[in-house]
Amino acid sequence: MNYRYNIGCSLANLKGIRDFVRTTLTENHVPELQVSAIVLALDEMCSNVMIHAHHCNPDDSLELQIRNPKAKTFVFEIIDDGSIFNINKFEEPDMQSLVHAKRKGGLGIRLVKSIMDKIEYVQEEGRHICRLTKVI
Amino acid sequence: MVSIKRLQEGGTDIIAVIGEIDASSSIELDLAIAKSVGEGFKRILVDCQALEYISSAGLGVFMSYIEELREKKIQMVLYGLKEKVANTFEILGLADLLHIRDNKSEALKLANELSV
Repeated sequence: MNYRYNIGCSLANLKGIRDFVRTTLTENHVPELQVSAIVLALDEMCSNVMIHAHHCNPDDSLELQIRNPKAKTFVFEIIDDGSIFNINKFEEPDMQSLVHAKRKGGLGIRLVKSIMDKIEYVQEEGRHICRLTKVI
Repeated sequence: MVSIKRLQEGGTDIIAVIGEIDASSSIELDLAIAKSVGEGFKRILVDCQALEYISSAGLGVFMSYIEELREKKIQMVLYGLKEKVANTFEILGLADLLHIRDNKSEALKLANELSV
């Protein structure tokens, strides 16, 4: 299987991304709680790319691909040509310091790292690929 | 995407969150809590029975109020979380930082106890 979804970098499109991921995984018999966690991780990653690499410009686009290269392994790729936003370079913030600083951001990175098994960044033909791997 | 309704019962403000909260809609939740705090309520219940989804943007809103609520001695209790939503809170360990109960009567009981 290889599913593709292209969308403009507007936060209003996050719902479409969630629906695409949910439908694809459900069709492939992933258990519901795992589907919910993966949907969340993809929402977090795509909103990060939209906000930090594209400043929510709806004329910019990103592509999401879902592959199932072997049983129980799902690979998600977010492909774009914006500036790179590599979450591996960010430390997960300590929860208490977030509370103290009254910060609203920083939780998404922690969520993605908790949910996904592997997060990689590669460049191909001038485009950035963020590759997330999840073993079900 | 999200609809937020507020109603008041005996000095308690109840914020009902209906639908999905993500990076595009978390501002609505933020505004509702800010209004409740601004209007001087000391007990705030957040009705999550119809909350279908929450991302870190929404969780961040709850986090960002923890200190302010503590300073102003305001008790906020969430209730009625669906399993998939509760799971998101648990992944982050937020269940330990926020007050969460199964239903409205338990939430109200806790808010009253904490207010004493």
